[in-house]
Amino acid sequence: MSIVTTPDLANSDTASPKRQSALARLLQRRLAVFGFALILLTVLGAVFAPWLTPYSPYEQMFDGLTIEGAPMPPSSTFLLGTDLLGRDLLTRILYGARTSLIIGVAANGMALIIGTLIGVTAGYFRGWVGGMLMRMTDLMMAFPALLLAICLAAIFQPSLWIVAMVIATVNWVQTARVLYSETSSLAEREFIAAERTLGAGHMRILFKHILPHLVPTIIVWGTLGISTTVLLEATLSFLGVGVQPPVASWGNIIFENQTYFQAAPWLVFFPSLAIVVLALAFNLVGDALRDVLDPTQRGRN
Amino acid sequence: MFSFLIRRLLQSLLILLGVSMITFVLLYWLPADPVRQIAGRSATAQTVQNIREQLGLDQPLVVQYWRYLGNLLQGDLGRSYLQRTEVSTLIMSRLPASLLLMAGAIFAELLIGLSMGVVAALRRGSRTDQVLMIVSFVGVSAPQFVVGLLLLYVFAVQLHWFPIGGYGTFSHLVLPALTMGILGSGWYSRMMRSSMVDVLRQDFVRTARAKGLTRRRIILRHALPNAILPVIAMIGIDVGIFMGGIVVVESVFGWPGIGQLAWQAIQRVDIPIIMGVTLVSATAIVIGNLVADVISLMVDPRIKIR
Repeated sequence: MSIVTTPDLANSDTASPKRQSALARLLQRRLAVFGFALILLTVLGAVFAPWLTPYSPYEQMFDGLTIEGAPMPPSSTFLLGTDLLGRDLLTRILYGARTSLIIGVAANGMALIIGTLIGVTAGYFRGWVGGMLMRMTDLMMAFPALLLAICLAAIFQPSLWIVAMVIATVNWVQTARVLYSETSSLAEREFIAAERTLGAGHMRILFKHILPHLVPTIIVWGTLGISTTVLLEATLSFLGVGVQPPVASWGNIIFENQTYFQAAPWLVFFPSLAIVVLALAFNLVGDALRDVLDPTQRGRN
Repeated sequence: MFSFLIRRLLQSLLILLGVSMITFVLLYWLPADPVRQIAGRSATAQTVQNIREQLGLDQPLVVQYWRYLGNLLQGDLGRSYLQRTEVSTLIMSRLPASLLLMAGAIFAELLIGLSMGVVAALRRGSRTDQVLMIVSFVGVSAPQFVVGLLLLYVFAVQLHWFPIGGYGTFSHLVLPALTMGILGSGWYSRMMRSSMVDVLRQDFVRTARAKGLTRRRIILRHALPNAILPVIAMIGIDVGIFMGGIVVVESVFGWPGIGQLAWQAIQRVDIPIIMGVTLVSATAIVIGNLVADVISLMVDPRIKIR
């Protein structure tokens, strides 16, 4: 908990004898590099899905089911087996990566924008505007997020973009709270007061002096947030109120096949693995970024 | 302290009022018409109209909300549309199961998380520490339905150690509690580790070591009690995460709690039940936050009261 520690900007340079760029320090961390690699792999898989697999994600193949009509276990033709409808599982997982990444980036981007706007406005202006905005975040904190997301998803017939919007509506709170406290302590600092006495307007102070200081925090929370988003999308789709079949999403692959779970565990196992790996990758990178970008954490380990 | 409590209580009530308002408006906008659900497909327009009037759903939103609020203040959450039972009765009959699950989950996450954190902190920088921290990362990166299905497959389907689902005995509780606990233990192990690392660096630990106390005594009597308190204070905040996960975990394991009640109500557009469960969960979350504030205030008087 970093309640007591204050950023010691004056000493941060002397504290780290080797002055390195954040990227160089990031690349020294094996776990972060591992996370990067996993993300890169997922992105490549999603982008090149049509070339990586000979099948279509929607094609229900005749030879994709056994004579009894059961899904096929992993084999040399179907590397990860087939699903209940005789579709190739690997193909659906590759295309599902597109869904996860699109929603991860879109929903998280929206949440980040909302969170930044609210947090920075509340932290900079404070007064009754800030008070109102922060009471709003308190209100959102009291909502059982998943229940709210399910209700919202039920109200708007879910499509890819609606699901992204629903996730953004419940996910901006953390960012707003963190940026609020950072902005309000920044706004107290001398250089902001100096800038104000020089006659700088609010916009100039916000964009030239406050926002640049918040960039590291925004990057960290943006990365960690993608992980949360991926998990939330998977959960909504698993419950059947997220991305709707036949569009493939890792959550709805499990949703569609869970009745066959005991007989064909691979249908649940592989998409689950994909979800955990992607969420883990973003968590690893986000955590390493926090250590690297936060000056108060420097030289601790 | 006292005026702080009063102010926080009032704030909490306002938050709950806001939650009730937002939920009510959202549910009012639901495209699925609850009256159609109640009346069934073959109902005539007249029957539909009658039911609508009977439930007061023909009134404007503000009037409906005002009446709901009035009833709420008298402890009346309304009746379920489909089951014709009091919502409060339904929730009260399901609440014990959810609370039991919550107790189990908290026990599991503290047991796993705190011991992982302490071990990692004591062997800081070692291979054990690295492995434990990777495990905790995996714990927070796995959605609860994945953990639940995996535990079900291994310990119920394959090994037959625990029942596949249901409610009643201790062995029914183990897997769902563990499923909810694994996510939390990921957070707790990392908080516990950093708290313990901080405490081990403090002067009083060095003094204890200089006095010649055994390592065991230093850790158990001096470091652990100081490190554990700020972490325990987090339990209150946990309620929020718990209330989110309850819908998923209860439906995976067929656990008859309020999460499942809510999930079934959402599928059947039984609005009074959805409202009721949302309010109960929000109340639990607000109380949890309040408790967390009070505990951390008692644990560390240096925290300024705002």
